[in-house]
Amino acid sequence: MATMDPTLPLVKNLLLLDSEGKRIAVKYYTPEWSTVASQASFEKALWNKTSRTNARAEAEIIMFDNVVVVYKYIGDLMFYVTGNQDENELILYTVLQAFYESVTILLRQQVEKKTVLENLDLVLLAIDEIIDGGIILETEPTMIASRVTMRGADGEQAPVPITEQTFSKALASAKEHLARSLLK
Amino acid sequence: MAATAQDSQAPLRGPEKKDEDREDETEFSPFYGIDKGAVLQEARVFNDPQIDPRRCQQVITKLLYLLNQGEVFTKKEAAEVFFGVTKLFQKQDINLRRMMYLCIKDICPGADEVIIVTSSLMKDMNSKTDLYRANSVRVLCKIIDGQLLAQIERYLKQAIVDKSAVVASAALVSALHLLGNNAEIVKRWVNEVQEAAQNKNNMVQFHAVALLHALRASDRLAISKLVTSLTKANVKSPLAQCLLVRYVAQVIQDSQPGANGEQRPFYDFLESCLRHKAEVVIFEAARAICNLRDVTARELTPAITVLQLFLSSSKPVLRFAAVRTLNKVAMTHPLAVTHCNIDMESLISDQNRSIATLAITTLLKTGNESSVEKLLKQIGSFMSDIADDFKIVVVEAIRSLCLKFPSKQRALMNFLSGVLREEGGFDYKKAIVQSILVLIQEIPDAKETGLGHLCEFIEDCEFTYLSTQVLHLLGQEGPKTKEPSKYIRYIYNRIILENATVRAAAVSALANFGAACESLRPRIIVLLRRALSDNDDEVRDRAMLHLEQLEGKAGGPEAVQPRVDVNLGAMEKSLADYLAGPTDKPFDISAVPKAPIPTRGASALGLPSGAAAASGAPGIPATSAARKDPTAEYAELLRSIPQLAPLGEVFKSCESVRLTEEDTEYAVFCVKHIYESHIVFQFNCTNTIAEQVLEDVSVAMDLADAADFEEAFTVPLDTMPLNGVGQCFTVVSRQPGAIATGKVVNILKFKVKEIDPSTGEAEEEGYDDEYQLEDLEVTPADYVKPTLLGNFRKAWEELDPATEKEDEYGLGTREGLQEAVEAVIGILGMQPCEGSEAVPPNARSHTALLAGIFVGYQQVLVRMSFGIDAANNVAMKLVVRAESTELSEAIHQIIQDA
Repeated sequence: MATMDPTLPLVKNLLLLDSEGKRIAVKYYTPEWSTVASQASFEKALWNKTSRTNARAEAEIIMFDNVVVVYKYIGDLMFYVTGNQDENELILYTVLQAFYESVTILLRQQVEKKTVLENLDLVLLAIDEIIDGGIILETEPTMIASRVTMRGADGEQAPVPITEQTFSKALASAKEHLARSLLK
Repeated sequence: MAATAQDSQAPLRGPEKKDEDREDETEFSPFYGIDKGAVLQEARVFNDPQIDPRRCQQVITKLLYLLNQGEVFTKKEAAEVFFGVTKLFQKQDINLRRMMYLCIKDICPGADEVIIVTSSLMKDMNSKTDLYRANSVRVLCKIIDGQLLAQIERYLKQAIVDKSAVVASAALVSALHLLGNNAEIVKRWVNEVQEAAQNKNNMVQFHAVALLHALRASDRLAISKLVTSLTKANVKSPLAQCLLVRYVAQVIQDSQPGANGEQRPFYDFLESCLRHKAEVVIFEAARAICNLRDVTARELTPAITVLQLFLSSSKPVLRFAAVRTLNKVAMTHPLAVTHCNIDMESLISDQNRSIATLAITTLLKTGNESSVEKLLKQIGSFMSDIADDFKIVVVEAIRSLCLKFPSKQRALMNFLSGVLREEGGFDYKKAIVQSILVLIQEIPDAKETGLGHLCEFIEDCEFTYLSTQVLHLLGQEGPKTKEPSKYIRYIYNRIILENATVRAAAVSALANFGAACESLRPRIIVLLRRALSDNDDEVRDRAMLHLEQLEGKAGGPEAVQPRVDVNLGAMEKSLADYLAGPTDKPFDISAVPKAPIPTRGASALGLPSGAAAASGAPGIPATSAARKDPTAEYAELLRSIPQLAPLGEVFKSCESVRLTEEDTEYAVFCVKHIYESHIVFQFNCTNTIAEQVLEDVSVAMDLADAADFEEAFTVPLDTMPLNGVGQCFTVVSRQPGAIATGKVVNILKFKVKEIDPSTGEAEEEGYDDEYQLEDLEVTPADYVKPTLLGNFRKAWEELDPATEKEDEYGLGTREGLQEAVEAVIGILGMQPCEGSEAVPPNARSHTALLAGIFVGYQQVLVRMSFGIDAANNVAMKLVVRAESTELSEAIHQIIQDA
């Protein structure tokens, strides 16, 4: 990490905390927080500074201790993405979007602590698919979700991202889904 | 439609688990009561002959959960888990395999264990399945060393140009990581990376561009070529485009500045990025333009325009990004940002307090004198609902604004007193009180109102520390005001109502009034008598002592505020020596060396010295920070010498200069004090030899080389203190307001008395002696002092262009531009304006603006342009405007002499 090209946008950490600031899933990529204790104190400080703000409708942002953090709350969960203080805030925001949207897709909109814990493997994999050692690997949420679930790996066609689905295709699959659920 | 979409992406996880705990509405965690030992025990399922993929997946998840919660596995435990996981490669289950990849990366096996998985991973690397290939590349590259890397190099090269985006990205990102330790190998892949840069997939293109740049990072020319080719090619990915903007900015930064008016290379490219469809690229380009070295107003305009649009975005992230960038621009180009003031004002009430605070500090930087009141009104409505740490930033910004526009002190002071009355924590109140103290020190007009506000504040102050500080200040400053009596009531109320610490401070403050104002003394004595029955020892003692003093005993009223003119360090040492030795003689304080110079009021108050400089306070523009001013340090000393009183107010005191070599018998330093029609030379003399006493010390001057001066009189020093500092003065006169220069030859004259070693007493008879001191130069720089200026351009235009003098100088080889700029500012002794003393890093040229006043309060402004070439030779163009041509020439004279 030390010799990384300084022009490359890097992410320092991805955090998923619960509404009391307790750690659910985190990943640190830089040596600043090398011990569990320093990580815990960073998370505590961050939670203290952000927990009373409203980041539900729109993602919020805060700068402290030489880092910029973008964050968003969904249900009883808080998603954080930390970057260098000189980082382009919108790049961090793109990563945050990738983070919470891919988790939303993977949990089928049930974004709450309970489901996250029950599907922790999926969340950990999503983090692994978004950032590789601090470098942004992918930011398209549907793409991330399909890579996490290894769709296309067992010989079936790679999925078409939702955005590229035509309306008629979507309607067809909706019909099929409805029919299947009626037959149950 | 959304429902369908999500279902088509549904995880493969078994739904059965979900149904089980549906009823359980209380918080349920599958990891409740999890225990490392138990999980490690469970991990034995990896070794079962019949592998249950779901079960294994769950166990891996538990292991990763433990790691994530900060649990540490011993080397042995980690190795066991790792071996277990490797066994699972025989099972072809896609989801289990994905978890295995993650687990291997997180466990980070040791070098000797890696060998076990490499063959399995290499098999996956050649799999038909894209996701196997991609993940195995990432895992392998993370765990292998250089030797193994050479073995799989061929596969990685293939992977970089793989048709599947996920594989190509995985290989490219891995290569970026490998570059740190295995640059030689990665450099061989440059052709494949070039090809990948043409990839239609956004992320692949982004990673390939990043790698191309990283491979050339040390070669400026190659970077320049890369940037030229990339700006021509059509880079589609927004992230890759952001990288390109950064590279372009770097190339511009490194290139030599073009001649005036010539457009920078690539500026057009940056400007075109402002019209990109992705916000992230637009912002990156706007930011790059704002950070350009020596950016012109014309270049800034399009960038400011897009940032202004971002200010009213519904997304806080966008507003923050824009306001932060504009805040930075406002430091160097306040005028360019004023267009955004209306949008900025609406951000004062932004929910995100970081945005609101940035908006305020920006407005405080761009605001002019006339908008101060309006701004204060807006801030006032917003102050009540922000956290204390933000309030402190605002208070500090207000303080610097007040120092910038002293004429607005009334409004600003009112604002401070208003917020002082509101609720707030100690740090916040302290920041306000400190600000008021600084303003009282720095702005004479603000003193009376400031003291008034502080009096009201202590009426209802819950912080003992602040109360005592204010009481001390009242005791110092109150007696000097026009109407000292009005403060007495406030102080006496403290004696009745407060805790012992505050009461003691109030007693001392009252006694100060009694000592300084004779008319008030009888009334003070009456008040102090009431404190004699206080139930606290310290309060009673103080009251008793001060009463005695005011009634003429125990040293008299002058002793109420003893001038501690001893060197405190030396005092401590003398006392320790005294206690260590035989103690039949009383301690003699006159033997303690005197303090070198009386300390300023500010330092006595416990403020950092020169607190007016507001050093280190965040959000305060450096422009308003006054340079350290020795004048104030000496003012009190000069006032205390009656012979100097007829000369009027001192205009400027210069830095102290050493006139003797080190390790000589006498140490003499000289400080020049410039007056309207005199110069006072203050000689700080120290005797370093214990065996002699030096009496009747004065300095005689030979003014042969300084014809414009005439010696007026001297103030001799009775005894040169041993290892302490005593002052003698020599005063010369000159034409009023004239900038007379010349060289002065100094001779130290004194009477020596040897000390008889047997008795320890000095001889009766002494003899006259003299000692040649170093020569002293009076230069034009002595007559100019720094002054704070709000608007340099306006002041510049107001001065008569006919006085303008321009010249160019070579400054020789310098470490860098910053060093050269600081050196010239130091020589001229003037105040840098608008933060222009800070040279942006890597800048090849820079313009600094300085303001100063000459003796007789005549303004002089300097605009200096610096340029530096590859060999670090610095050239400077100096343009001066002043109130007369003579002064402009004097400034050039200073530089020529330096």
